[in-house]
Amino acid sequence: MLLVHFLRDTCVLTGTHVGCETTLCGACTVLMEGKAVKSCTVLAVQADGSEITTIEGVAHNGDLHPLQQSFWECHALQCGYCTPGMILTGIDLLRNNPKPTREEIAHGLEGNLCRCTGYSHIIDAIESAAQKISKERQRA
Amino acid sequence: MIPATFDYFRPETLDEAAALLAQHGEDAKLLAGGHSLLPSMKLRLAQPRVVIDLGRIPGLNSIRESSGKIVVGAMTTHREIELSSLLAEKCPLLPEVATQIGDVQVRNRGTIGGSLAHADPAADWPAAILALEAEMVVFNRGGERRIAAEEFFVDLFQTAIQPDEILVGIRFPVTSRAVAYSKSAQKASGFAIAGAAVVVHARNRAVRIGITGVSARPYRASATEKGLKGKPLTQEAISAAAVSAADGIDPLNDIHASNEYRRHLALVNTLRALELAASRC
Ligand SMILES: Cc1cc2nc3c(=O)[nH]c(=O)nc-3n(C[C@H](O)[C@H](O)[C@H](O)COP(=O)(O)OP(=O)(O)OC[C@H]3O[C@@H](n4cnc5c(N)ncnc54)[C@H](O)[C@@H]3O)c2cc1C
Ligand code: FES
Ligand code: FES
Repeated sequence: MLLVHFLRDTCVLTGTHVGCETTLCGACTVLMEGKAVKSCTVLAVQADGSEITTIEGVAHNGDLHPLQQSFWECHALQCGYCTPGMILTGIDLLRNNPKPTREEIAHGLEGNLCRCTGYSHIIDAIESAAQKISKERQRA
Repeated sequence: MIPATFDYFRPETLDEAAALLAQHGEDAKLLAGGHSLLPSMKLRLAQPRVVIDLGRIPGLNSIRESSGKIVVGAMTTHREIELSSLLAEKCPLLPEVATQIGDVQVRNRGTIGGSLAHADPAADWPAAILALEAEMVVFNRGGERRIAAEEFFVDLFQTAIQPDEILVGIRFPVTSRAVAYSKSAQKASGFAIAGAAVVVHARNRAVRIGITGVSARPYRASATEKGLKGKPLTQEAISAAAVSAADGIDPLNDIHASNEYRRHLALVNTLRALELAASRC
């Protein structure tokens, strides 16, 4: 059984989407031990014992994650099909590179396709989330 | 898009994995990052009856320096190579190639060992393996043996790894910064239509060039290497030598590129990689 089917059908966490099923679109992206992976190309049994984060798990006590907040503010989604994958890939990106350039963001999103937005607003959102996270860190 | 059923084993030692391979023979497939094997199982192009997951065998995922060589474990992911500070300093061609593979999710799962064992003609690593004259270390029930880069790639999807053997690591030399990789990627997947890796040796300025994507088997551009022998890497010398980067090669012809176009891209990427490496001398 593939991880994406385990998450959607067994755990009934349907925020992880199935787009292409061919490892290209990134709609099924989740974090496995903090790293963005395409869950349509991981066997559920390979993830046995690993920590998996889906879009359902990124808000904290009802507060949106800074990336979710920024996607909303910057109009980074239209139909929303790609959005969970975009946000989880964005989390991995900012973990490794807290202040990415727009070019680095675009390179980091190569594995996520969006048919609606034209990507610019998604890059805006990740830039703005990077600022939010760094401000939060300074305050803390 | 659902794989056929199979038995799944998760050995915890190499001995156990090798015993399973011996027991199940042709019915079995080793599983590394799964980013070549699972897509083909989903399409049912591959239907192994037994899958042996190497993911929990300790020691196969590491990057270390050992008596003057850099040793990268077979299960090291492309992403770990991309982000390694040891490699950035001691063997910078590896992170430069890694960052150009697929996308970040593919790099988080796919492994260098899986890519080399799979020997996809459009894979990126073979160019670097040839240019760096790396050595592949394989494990079998009798012990270990090493395979030189030039002997490793046999044909389309075929290497010198025997059916009862497991690739455990790759040994690389320490190099200067005078290295480069240039690639023309297939737009959807990122795979190489043509990729050229260049290493300029620090001591005698000897040049080594590995080319992938162009023919069934990755190759050393030996005519170009010879053309540059003993010469300073000037623009004229580079341009003159790069035109022979596909001499004697029978390029692949498929929906992504014609054989003529592949030949052209072999020359273009060799030229670009040589220029880049020369600028880093
Ligand atoms: C969307 C997408 C884009 C990609 N883009 C690129 C690209 O731009 N460039 C590129 O080079 N690659 C690309 N790849 C391929 C990717 O790099 C794969 O990860 C890689 O080719 C295989 O490595 P793996 O660890 O996933 O191996 P697996 O899929 O697990 O295994 C591949 C094969 O090797 C065998 N094998 C695995 N490990 C060993 C071992 N240790 N010893 C012996 N045999 C072994 C397996 O039995 C299997 O037959 C892409 C893949 C996808 C899905
Ligand atoms: S559904 Fe997994 S990458 Fe498209
Ligand atoms: S918002 Fe519709 S696919 Fe991205």
